[in-house]
Amino acid sequence: MNSVFLERDKTLLVEITEEIDHHTTDKMRRKIDDDITRYMPRKIIFDFNKVSFMDSAGIGMVIGRYKMMNMLGRNNTDEKC
Amino acid sequence: MNGLYENEMRLEFASKSNNEAFARITVAAFASQLDPTIEELADIKTAVSEAVTNSIIHGYENSEGTVKIISKIFANTIEIEISDTGKGIENIELARKPLYTSKSNLERSGMGFTIMESFMDEVSIESVVGLGTKITMKKLIKKQEHQEDEKELDMAELGGR
Repeated sequence: MNSVFLERDKTLLVEITEEIDHHTTDKMRRKIDDDITRYMPRKIIFDFNKVSFMDSAGIGMVIGRYKMMNMLGRNNTDEKC
Repeated sequence: MNGLYENEMRLEFASKSNNEAFARITVAAFASQLDPTIEELADIKTAVSEAVTNSIIHGYENSEGTVKIISKIFANTIEIEISDTGKGIENIELARKPLYTSKSNLERSGMGFTIMESFMDEVSIESVVGLGTKITMKKLIKKQEHQEDEKELDMAELGGR
């Protein structure tokens, strides 16, 4: 997983490169939450282009980030497939 | 090949989350002898991943245990049985409901059984509280090869005449 914060757009770009399951989401969640609290982005864009496998843990992870952004008063989480 | 093809495999592994990928890839490799499409293979992988994840986080609640998989092939149907000796499911009806999760604090989506049911042709759950859970799933792999063979045969016949 790679993440880049785009200062000008206040956007956190998260590119996921591994298979998404219960095991891998733990690490991703930690890294993304870390980035959210550090950069306070206005928007997160998830890029799933390189993802070859995802189960319900992935849905939980994305919904969790969405809720976190809402809680912080940010509006948007985008998914790019 | 002779009429009815039968095969079987058994797999046992520790209830560690890094074995989830191992389990689904192994079952997919076993299923590949039925010549599934990429989509059918992805369905099987996802369903296995859901069941194994359930055993690890709900059955054993991340403590030590063994997850067992028995997979059988009859003709062109694959049957996958995933069992654990964990804590069992109190209310199977409720567990099957979409979006229901007993561990909402863990950011689970509650879609596990729903995904298994929609990706596989048949899913049955047997569970005894305190003894464990067994999930049996079946999927028919549609043979495309045969259709192509027939087509080729038709073409050959046409060419001959």
